[in-house]
Amino acid sequence: MIRVTLPPHLRTLAQVGWEVELEVEGRATQRSVLDTLEAQYPMLRGTIRDHVTHERRPFLRFFACEEDLSHESPDAPLPDAVASGAEPLVILGAIAGG
Amino acid sequence: MSKVRVLVGTRKGAFILESDGKREKWEVSGPHFAGWEIYHVKGSPADPNRIYASQSSGWFGQVIQRSNDGGKTWEIPGGGPQPGPGGMPAGQSNKFAYDTSAETGKPLTTHQWYDGTQHPWEFKRVWHLEPSLTEPDTVYAGIEDAALFRSTDGGKSWHELAGLRGHGTGPKWQPGAGGMCLHTVILDPSDTDRIYIAISAAGAFRTDDGGQTWRPINHGLHSQYIPDPNAEVGHCVHHIAMHPSRPSVLFMQKHWDVMRSDDAGDSWKEVSGNLPTDFGFVIDVHAHEPETIYVVPIKSDGEHYPPEGKLRVYRSRTGGNEWEALTEGLPQSNCYVNVLRDAMAVDSLDSCGVYFGTTGGQVYSSADAGDSWSPIVHDLPAVLSVEVQTLP
Repeated sequence: MIRVTLPPHLRTLAQVGWEVELEVEGRATQRSVLDTLEAQYPMLRGTIRDHVTHERRPFLRFFACEEDLSHESPDAPLPDAVASGAEPLVILGAIAGG
Repeated sequence: MSKVRVLVGTRKGAFILESDGKREKWEVSGPHFAGWEIYHVKGSPADPNRIYASQSSGWFGQVIQRSNDGGKTWEIPGGGPQPGPGGMPAGQSNKFAYDTSAETGKPLTTHQWYDGTQHPWEFKRVWHLEPSLTEPDTVYAGIEDAALFRSTDGGKSWHELAGLRGHGTGPKWQPGAGGMCLHTVILDPSDTDRIYIAISAAGAFRTDDGGQTWRPINHGLHSQYIPDPNAEVGHCVHHIAMHPSRPSVLFMQKHWDVMRSDDAGDSWKEVSGNLPTDFGFVIDVHAHEPETIYVVPIKSDGEHYPPEGKLRVYRSRTGGNEWEALTEGLPQSNCYVNVLRDAMAVDSLDSCGVYFGTTGGQVYSSADAGDSWSPIVHDLPAVLSVEVQTLP
């Protein structure tokens, strides 16, 4: 079980709480987690990564275990603590006013 | 008794204002989609309970919302898991992918950037949603970077009408201050194949074959702020309005200049007349008097507020050239708000109601065709768009 923390606007959009729990098949990577997240919550497609290129939207960042994973390969394994569910994958919006 | 529903898009959510035909007491609901930029909200003429909204954010991109009960509840079309095989894939309602296919699309070229260099086309947001006049599930979307999309399944999926972007002048299109947006979509009620659109800063275009091919309709526009003031494209058209009884007569608020066409855009002439300034964004037509039009003059492209700090709607009963200031109920000192291009609308009650919203968060209404005004609300976030539904 993988835990994912969403920024407030995306929680509202997906009608979920602070954190969602996902059963991810195979190795836990950014790509496999986001694929699973979007399959379970289709309204989030295009809001975290681009519909066509699947690139992370520029004002969002990915953190886990107090590390910035935003610039890691989407196919790199996530930390063991995320894969085990001990720690969440955190999706954060940039502090950019608004 | 008839009633009106005013659909307001703001920088931080949507609001719905409802009143009976007297238009004196208003109920306000919202914010819907709180915290998001709502560029446009518009109801279907074929089914007034069907409303579409464009919700966007610099962080999370585009979302399309749809209501089937007049704005009481909302859903993302296709936002949930789709049952059964063969259904439209879920989560496509915010997918605005330019059509580059060999069969129906056009190569994705570049457009002119602010500095004159060429820049790739990139989807940013939906500026304007124009529901079909007859089919509730058909709706057009004008987007930034400029292109026209259509959905025929209630917003679940979108397909570009690529003939517009493929017209060939794309490399000469350039963004205005708000981006390179397709902000105006007008459907001809007498001819389902005819659509008018306008782009900042490319100009106005028309199709006569349902969107397959387009041609620029900018003859007569003169823009001193571009290298060739009489160019075929490159003009910063801010908005166009049409009266449904005379679909070949168009009124345009350009960056500077108020213009009129009596031949479906084939030619334009200036009708700014005695306006205190002919810069502005909105323009609209009285519901029952096709020669009565409204604008809100703004001081200049560098100073986006009313001249002399006086918020004045100007009305012409002669289709332009002769204008009168409408001031009763509007602030006549220290007013420095703007009225953006999609933020004026009219209802179709016997005494035509006129509405507009400001960047200061006020939505003003007039139940007497502009003679007098009062604010329905005055402390909303900056208003981006105003549309009105007249309901039985």
